[in-house]
Amino acid sequence: MTDFSVIGKPRGRVDGPAKVTGQAQFADDLHLPGMLFAKLLRSPVPHGRIKALDTSRAEALSGVVAVLTGKDLPEKYGILPVSQDEEALCTEKVRYVGDPIAAVAAVDEDTAERATELIALELEELPSYMTIEEALEKEGEPIETLRFGPNVHKAVSLEFGDVESAFAKADHTREDLFFYEGSTHLPMEQHAAVARWEPEGKVTLWSSTQTPHYVHRALAKVLGLPMNRIRVIATPVGGGFGGKSDPFNHEIVVAKLAIVTGKPVKLTLTREEVFYAHRGRHPTLMWVKTGVRKDGAITAMHFRSFLDGGAYGSYGVVSTYYTGALQTTTYKIPAYKFEGTRVYTNKPPCGPKRGHGTPQPRFAIEVHFEHLARELGMDPIDFRLKNLVEPFTYTANWLRITSCGLRECVEKVLEASGFRDKRGKLPEGRGVGFGLSAYMSGASLPVYWNDMPHSEVQLKVDRSGTVALFSGAIDIGQGSDQVLAATTAEVLGLEPEDIHLITADTDLTPIDLGSYSSRVTFMAGNAAIQAAERLRDQIAEAMAAKLDVPTDRVAFRNGRVMDAQRPEGGVSWEEACAVAEAAQGNLMSRGAYKPPELSGPYKGSGVGPSPAYSYSACVAEVTADPESGVVEVDKVWIAHDVGRSLNPTLVHGQVEGSVYMGLGEVLLEEQVFRHGLHKIPSMLEYKSPTTKDMPPIETILVETVDPEGPFGAKECGQGPLLPVIPAVANAVEDAIGARFHEIPITPEKVLSAMDKAARGEEPLIGPTSLPDYHLGEVLRVDPPDGKKVELFPMHEET
Amino acid sequence: MAKRGLGKGRVKGESQDIWLRLMVNGRRCDVVAPVQKTLLEVLREDLGLTGTKHGCELGECGTCGILVNDLFVLSCLTLPVDIQGKEVTTVEGLAHNGKLHPLQQAFSELGAAQCGYCTPGFLMAAKALLDTDPSPTREAIQDGLSGNLCRCTGYLKIFEAVELAADRMGAERRKAATAPQVAP
Ligand code: FES
Ligand code: FES
Repeated sequence: MTDFSVIGKPRGRVDGPAKVTGQAQFADDLHLPGMLFAKLLRSPVPHGRIKALDTSRAEALSGVVAVLTGKDLPEKYGILPVSQDEEALCTEKVRYVGDPIAAVAAVDEDTAERATELIALELEELPSYMTIEEALEKEGEPIETLRFGPNVHKAVSLEFGDVESAFAKADHTREDLFFYEGSTHLPMEQHAAVARWEPEGKVTLWSSTQTPHYVHRALAKVLGLPMNRIRVIATPVGGGFGGKSDPFNHEIVVAKLAIVTGKPVKLTLTREEVFYAHRGRHPTLMWVKTGVRKDGAITAMHFRSFLDGGAYGSYGVVSTYYTGALQTTTYKIPAYKFEGTRVYTNKPPCGPKRGHGTPQPRFAIEVHFEHLARELGMDPIDFRLKNLVEPFTYTANWLRITSCGLRECVEKVLEASGFRDKRGKLPEGRGVGFGLSAYMSGASLPVYWNDMPHSEVQLKVDRSGTVALFSGAIDIGQGSDQVLAATTAEVLGLEPEDIHLITADTDLTPIDLGSYSSRVTFMAGNAAIQAAERLRDQIAEAMAAKLDVPTDRVAFRNGRVMDAQRPEGGVSWEEACAVAEAAQGNLMSRGAYKPPELSGPYKGSGVGPSPAYSYSACVAEVTADPESGVVEVDKVWIAHDVGRSLNPTLVHGQVEGSVYMGLGEVLLEEQVFRHGLHKIPSMLEYKSPTTKDMPPIETILVETVDPEGPFGAKECGQGPLLPVIPAVANAVEDAIGARFHEIPITPEKVLSAMDKAARGEEPLIGPTSLPDYHLGEVLRVDPPDGKKVELFPMHEET
Repeated sequence: MAKRGLGKGRVKGESQDIWLRLMVNGRRCDVVAPVQKTLLEVLREDLGLTGTKHGCELGECGTCGILVNDLFVLSCLTLPVDIQGKEVTTVEGLAHNGKLHPLQQAFSELGAAQCGYCTPGFLMAAKALLDTDPSPTREAIQDGLSGNLCRCTGYLKIFEAVELAADRMGAERRKAATAPQVAP
């Protein structure tokens, strides 16, 4: 089946018209009769103990309907079962400026706000820990003490193969240190949630969330209600990028306020509060050592990461593993050691941001390899090409690689950009740089381990022939609605606009685990195809009897159903549905996707395996002004192996958006603090790229048609961010000779590199030491040498 | 010992209600609202026109952009009292007789709206741009839209959509100009 009518064609999205007319209803657009408005009282100190809290004056204020404190919601929660360390409202301690302490519901926002100011709060300040080093080395009452020591949230040490003897076989080794600054998602939509208490004793929550299922679980736990008395509806998300993937305190608070008051309640975060909700990129300190033979073959790598996690666990255990997991998916590394440590600090919690834990090591490795190759007397590109992974192989850490168009991506992006004619040859102040990467098309394990599918789709046809599609997937702008409609339409011979979508409503739709880890196209897409194929087969059976032909000769095309050998005959889709309904009863079908079992035989092997990896390669051309320190990106070329491009318009959009976000991280964006306070909690001062900063991007799509992907597709929404950052850093080095082992590359840092050069020092900007922390015992794992790759395709004909 | 909450938001005194007479998307609207309420709030809360979004309410992101007498204005910084008697256009007023404005059509076709949250603001800024510069260069588009932030698209699809709309609108105008005059 390669003669597609919908798949692969550039077209707009099914949700486009609603979004350009202002009709798409985001959470804050909901207005329910009699609705109350809620506000949170937040901690003014980074670390402190609550000594006294008196809400009586707030309660007495006219217009105030309810006030909540931590006592009302004592149950702890968190996105990961292993990190249940958050409270909807703090009970004893506050852990960052902005940690919520009390909540007020009132007749309007201003009254609620005024009431929070009437709450008498007495705090005893505790020593605060604002950096990785402080968390590990400073004396005083820690934020939290788990089994890894004070302020250490997670520590992991894994060794695949005998790394020491593999280093001994190397002809050359090199070590480098790197620091990747934290950044935030900055979705244009501020988080908002609305809750309503239903007369039948249920609570409904509408929320701007990427993960309604996990919010559902957290609400049940904290509210102490069975899940069947809670309904979670995800509204269209006005930008997520990972920042709306945790269950949030404000969601729990509005649900509780709705229960307590019996009235609908809304809570919309201010932009400043969005910076406190955060869950953004972990600031990460890294050390990497690689051993190579004279011919350039890598013998071993040792990678250490220290993640600044902020005040709570969030996805941090997983983030920690991710800083070590995907190194092996781009290069053959026969022996590999990874040590990761995540610390608590008194800042808003970090979590998953586009690329989750992998842009940091990718930056480090792609810059490190430039130096390493040149020391070896090898061209850095040739060095990479020599070590690229091969398709359908296993990595040392037990990751199964299937389709892999990395080599083609590298070749195409080099050719399109003229890289080899430019590198080292452009005039002073201009340069080109290169980077490559891999990313997952969904994690093969769910957050809550169980044997059930990760994504389910139901289809139902009514008498108009309209296909209603039910799916738990939520569109966060990535185009999941379009993927569901297009894959279904392709199988049924319809147009995507013919499919009516009902999504992300826990009462109505079957499970989808959420819009995170680039899983939706792969998983919900596969489930949709299966459901559509089953519906098609039912109709084909009825039509075969009517047309008196074998079932496999019934074809579905252009809204008609016919004998494939007499395509001019046949009936309309609606008529075919009527024939099938008459023969079989109501028309409905279901599809489900569960990833194959891919984890290796060791603890921690759950992070990293994916049914398929996407691949990207990037060239950036920059102009760096040594006088002003300003770096401008002139053009970006990016090649991305998307498996199959289901809709080039949307794939280009995802790639371009990823490049944009990568450019922001490498040159501008910083989530930084001063004296415990967020330095820049506003859109003006948190510098993100504007229309005037955006260079042209040339996107090249590589199609490897993955054997397990929906129509062969893989992800495209996160992977293309990764190589942009090292490509720009490497281009700056080419332009002005300064080496950046730290991002963002701000004008101040460029100037200080120039000063170093003028003083005759190495113009290198980056960290100079690692903190003193010793991990526990290393877990040694034998690599799966020689293990044969097994495939589990879901659909015969795709 | 630190006390009390964060000093955030505006401090408001007792509010005074006023009667506002506004022209919004060609319709006269009478609203009684507190005098300090912004146009953004009046549009969304009093008139139910939630197509206009907000990303900061501080004049920093362009998301709340609307047109007042065809000029691009940030509704979060505008007081309704100041624009009485003027024509307000929001995203809800762009389409005519159920037909999308060429900008809306192009944004939808080219995937220039991903999450779509910034889209109303961009559409209004683009409309204001094309009103004064019907066939803008790429640079003029980048300038004209520089007050609007988008976190999804990397802006390129937005630029392309404005160019496509400008082309189509230009072609429409040429067609209209060269069409033979029909005698009465
Ligand atoms: S909401 Fe008005 S400029 Fe951001
Ligand atoms: S489309 Fe999402 S912010 Fe612009």
